[in-house]
Amino acid sequence: MSKTIIKVENLGKKYQIGERQSYYSLRDSISGLFSKKKKSVDEFWALKDVNFEVKQGESVGIIGRNGAGKSTLLKILSRITPPTTGKITLDGRVASLLEVGTGFNPELTGRENIFLNGAILGMKQSEIKRKFDEIVAFSEVEKFLDMPVKHYSSGMYMRLAFAVAAHLESEILIVDEVLAVGDAQFQKKCLGKMGEVTKNEGRTVLFVSHNMGAIKQLCQRAVLLDAGEIKYFGKVDETLNRYISSETENGSYFRLKRIIDGLPDDSDFELVDVEVYQNKQLVWESVTNGDDIVLKIHFKLKNKTTGLRVYVDVCDVDNDLIFRTFHDGLDSTVLPLETGEYISSLVIPGGILGPINYNIYIQAGVYNQKNCLPFNQIKLPLSVIQTGKYNRAYPGDTFRGKLAVELEWKTLVYKSKNDN
Amino acid sequence: MTTVIKPPKSLVEINLQELWQYRELLYIFTWRDIKVRYKQTWLGIAWAIFQPLMTMVVFTVFFGNLAKIPSDGIPYPIFVYSGLLFWNYFSNSLTAASNCMVENENIIKKIYFPRILLSIGATVTPAVDFGFALVIYFVLMVIFGFTPNIWGILMIPVLLLVAMVSASGLGLFLASVNVKYRDVRYILPFFIQILMFVTPVIYPVSIVPAAFKMLAYINPMTGVISTARAMILGVGKVDGVGLLVSAFSSVLLLIFGLIYFRKTERFFADIL
Repeated sequence: MSKTIIKVENLGKKYQIGERQSYYSLRDSISGLFSKKKKSVDEFWALKDVNFEVKQGESVGIIGRNGAGKSTLLKILSRITPPTTGKITLDGRVASLLEVGTGFNPELTGRENIFLNGAILGMKQSEIKRKFDEIVAFSEVEKFLDMPVKHYSSGMYMRLAFAVAAHLESEILIVDEVLAVGDAQFQKKCLGKMGEVTKNEGRTVLFVSHNMGAIKQLCQRAVLLDAGEIKYFGKVDETLNRYISSETENGSYFRLKRIIDGLPDDSDFELVDVEVYQNKQLVWESVTNGDDIVLKIHFKLKNKTTGLRVYVDVCDVDNDLIFRTFHDGLDSTVLPLETGEYISSLVIPGGILGPINYNIYIQAGVYNQKNCLPFNQIKLPLSVIQTGKYNRAYPGDTFRGKLAVELEWKTLVYKSKNDN
Repeated sequence: MTTVIKPPKSLVEINLQELWQYRELLYIFTWRDIKVRYKQTWLGIAWAIFQPLMTMVVFTVFFGNLAKIPSDGIPYPIFVYSGLLFWNYFSNSLTAASNCMVENENIIKKIYFPRILLSIGATVTPAVDFGFALVIYFVLMVIFGFTPNIWGILMIPVLLLVAMVSASGLGLFLASVNVKYRDVRYILPFFIQILMFVTPVIYPVSIVPAAFKMLAYINPMTGVISTARAMILGVGKVDGVGLLVSAFSSVLLLIFGLIYFRKTERFFADIL
């Protein structure tokens, strides 16, 4: 048996809620000195009692839903943030890749950024020089090497960033959800390269992804995290199965099913099922914002009704309404609906929802008469992963707002300096 | 190579060995900043020269000619330029060092490296501007009929070092505060402006009453600028004790800055 290379013992990370607000201001703190109110501090354990070991040459996936503690674990392993309790022993050179293109400077050329990014990721200058041609060939952007990366397309930018990352030499590689970006073909190439390195050079990889396929392809074992604790650690297939079944059985859909089954009877309306599809696949909870999301609402009408409206409320996690949409919102008359079974499909186009969490509520009512479903009961939590279009030349840009609508901009020269 | 990650201890330690391991990254950060600043080479150099020259002209007109501020018998333009040369380096370094953590937020949140590298880098980059301004200084000396004093020229790196140490010390402290309190960056320009007026940039240290002289030298830049004038221009006597006080206080500033920085550094990624 090969030696243990990563050993995590009793690891815990506590955050004080309020500590993670966007920023403090000196002004508020000074005025706070004079007010008597002591703010109560809430504690929150993002990770608790995490223990696991990884052997050399192993690839281990880390899965779990948003907020399960995956990112916190990676941040501690990468030494970006210290743990509150416990200890980690890493027996080898560590490279961590929580983002591709960290530190890329848009003003600098592709060539210069290879050196900058390489150094930030922990490569020695001599190492970068030695691998330079290989990196350039892998990136497929030779022609644009001496152009500032601000003029790169997002695809080229990602290729270059990935090419540098793929050539990291270290005994331990820690990779976050970075493969979600970039086109499918290039993703495959990167996965291939990473898998190859693990097999041939005996490198150990820790890999977080929402992409189950990638985890399956790359990892032998996987950790399932839930609410900051390890739920299961074992063979990748078994872990994935547990994850999927916990999501479907105890997760939102099972809950949803139970809620639907326990709904009070309505004399006219009966909700049968609600399903969410993306790319023609049934999805649960996690969707990406790059592709259309289809909501199918299956219901029965016991009587002919006039003015029945099925509608969907898209809310943020605080349940503030962001938008509401009606099944007949685009019609111009009130149409009576015959007795029977119906399926209403709603398409939320890709590139509307932002990479945050939402609560979606299915509602129904007869106009001016009654609610057919208890208000805000049929809840579908939805966490959206960013894969849609955005300018990747600004790597650290965080998402702001509640919707990430892809809108067309045109910037034309109105007056140029030669016009006078 | 084995890395052990544990909760931070309250004990403040500085890992020099680790800093040495990361020396290439310091070089790369500095190279990046210089590269971006001097992207358009001539514009970059022109700006590095124009800034102190223009300030010199304005100060000469208003403080020298109109307000008739004494200048120890040295022509006011070269007198004030001697001060501005070092002062600009100090204020540019201090500004850069105070903002470097917030400006490199993206990197800090995604990768580990000794954060102090950014602070060190921030005080190195303005030295390039200093170099260009220094060339102009020598030109001005020739124009005003001064023969540069050899000992004075040899003293320049020492004085620059004192300025660098004080800018780093204060910068480390302000950078940590800046990470936590984002409104610090708005107070900073005001703070630096006030600092300039308590430093003998536009006036000579000789107008400070003798009783307060040592107090003035607690400000490290007082020692730097008055020594520069005395030694490089070869006018007046060098206040050796004053310079030592200034050098000592710059080291104290650095120690204070380092301790404060090390205490807060590990949590930057959580607050940024």
